[in-house]
Amino acid sequence: MSEFPDDLKYAATHEWVRVEEDGSVTIGISDHAQELLGDIVFIELPEEGAVVSAKDEMSVVESVKAASDIYAPISGEVIAVNEDLTDAPETMNSSPYSDGWLCRILPSNPSELEELLDADTYAGMCE
Amino acid sequence: MGQQTALYAKHLEAGAKIVDFGGWDMPIQYQSLIEEHTAVREQAGVFDVSHMTIVDIDGADAESWLRYLLANDVARLKDTGHALYTGMLNENGGVIDDLIVYRMASGFRLVVNCATREKDLAWMQSQLAGFTVTLTERPELAILAVQGPHAIDTVCRIIGQRFSSDDSATVSGLKNFYGVKLDDWFVARTGYTGEHGVEIMLPNSEAPAIWDQLLAAGVKPIGLGARDTLRLEAGMNLYGHDMDERISPLSANMGWTIAWEPADRDFIGRRALETQRQHRDTLPVLTGLVMETRGVLREGLRVECTLSDGTTQDGVITSGTFSPTLKHAIALARIPADSQQCAVDIRGKLVPVRQVKPGFVRHGKKVFS
Repeated sequence: MSEFPDDLKYAATHEWVRVEEDGSVTIGISDHAQELLGDIVFIELPEEGAVVSAKDEMSVVESVKAASDIYAPISGEVIAVNEDLTDAPETMNSSPYSDGWLCRILPSNPSELEELLDADTYAGMCE
Repeated sequence: MGQQTALYAKHLEAGAKIVDFGGWDMPIQYQSLIEEHTAVREQAGVFDVSHMTIVDIDGADAESWLRYLLANDVARLKDTGHALYTGMLNENGGVIDDLIVYRMASGFRLVVNCATREKDLAWMQSQLAGFTVTLTERPELAILAVQGPHAIDTVCRIIGQRFSSDDSATVSGLKNFYGVKLDDWFVARTGYTGEHGVEIMLPNSEAPAIWDQLLAAGVKPIGLGARDTLRLEAGMNLYGHDMDERISPLSANMGWTIAWEPADRDFIGRRALETQRQHRDTLPVLTGLVMETRGVLREGLRVECTLSDGTTQDGVITSGTFSPTLKHAIALARIPADSQQCAVDIRGKLVPVRQVKPGFVRHGKKVFS
């Protein structure tokens, strides 16, 4: 069964968001998403410094089965990307909520966080 | 709910993710496609392929009818148990299905694809006029494919227990594309992975116990997902993707399966193929593609091909994947025969790819250069 940690916010397009103490947010894909994709073999990382708008395509994840777009769950500047995924994309499968994070964004409009789903709502959507 | 094989409960027990496949509820994968793929390349894996259709062909005209029905020539099968791969063509030379035919002690056994079962049987029935032939489906049989470097040894141990040490030795000594009947089992040195291995046809009632014995011996259950990556690494065609009724075997890397000799053997599609053969350089070809940079080649992607006169023409990827063995993308693509250079359109970006002979991995090793 997929996990849906309570302390995260989720987008309907299967990204998760964690608000950090400094006001930035960490982003990844949900356990449910990585299960659907199966073995992940390549990740096109967003560029550090890029400015993204909520719902923009910002990354592509390729599994053996399929290529899937990752959408920015929130607008802002990409301030860090998880370079470790370049050599070990499978980390996104094995640890979607921790070592398999995708990037960090400094939100330009933190009120967009309110539009994201809580764990229960997102889990219900994945049933 | 679709049809279920005799091993459906075993798939659930092994944690399978089940999908619909041609009307059957089949395991797409158990835990990880890549781990399953690697198990077959390095050790041994078992596939439930009971959804495939077995048709026994008997009667006084069984051989002459098959020589008319199939593009390859069953008269080449001199020994009982010997098998060949062939296309079954329509009058235009298009591929209705690809199949394996085994010569049995009396008559022949065909194994055809599951998704094409109904049209195959209808076609066969429509071609019976004037021949004394009976067609018998064998739904009471399961099919287990056991493949990988340890597959044959493991199967032989189980056959030694179930039958005798003589039978075990017979299976161990089988040459490629040969099979042997053991009571109501049929064990053949055939497969769809590019590894050593066997395919076992056995009564449904026995299949779950044999499955358990294989798993207990360390053989891993393998889903349809890894079946596809394994066959593609081996450069083997998948019906409905790499060829279909609109495609000539000459454009599907199946020229070797057409028995042109003896020239007086009339088989369905022969006339059309003879004409195509006159203009062979104008027919597209099925080639292998390799992309060693990041990304994955996928079925349906456009291939931009540069011809020797400098003009470009489009081809298309018919099967593509990430190769778990080679750790980069591989594909089969139908392209103009004269293609000098190819680039694949990936999300609007043209990425150069290398053209190689179809066939990427055999017995765990890379086979192209």
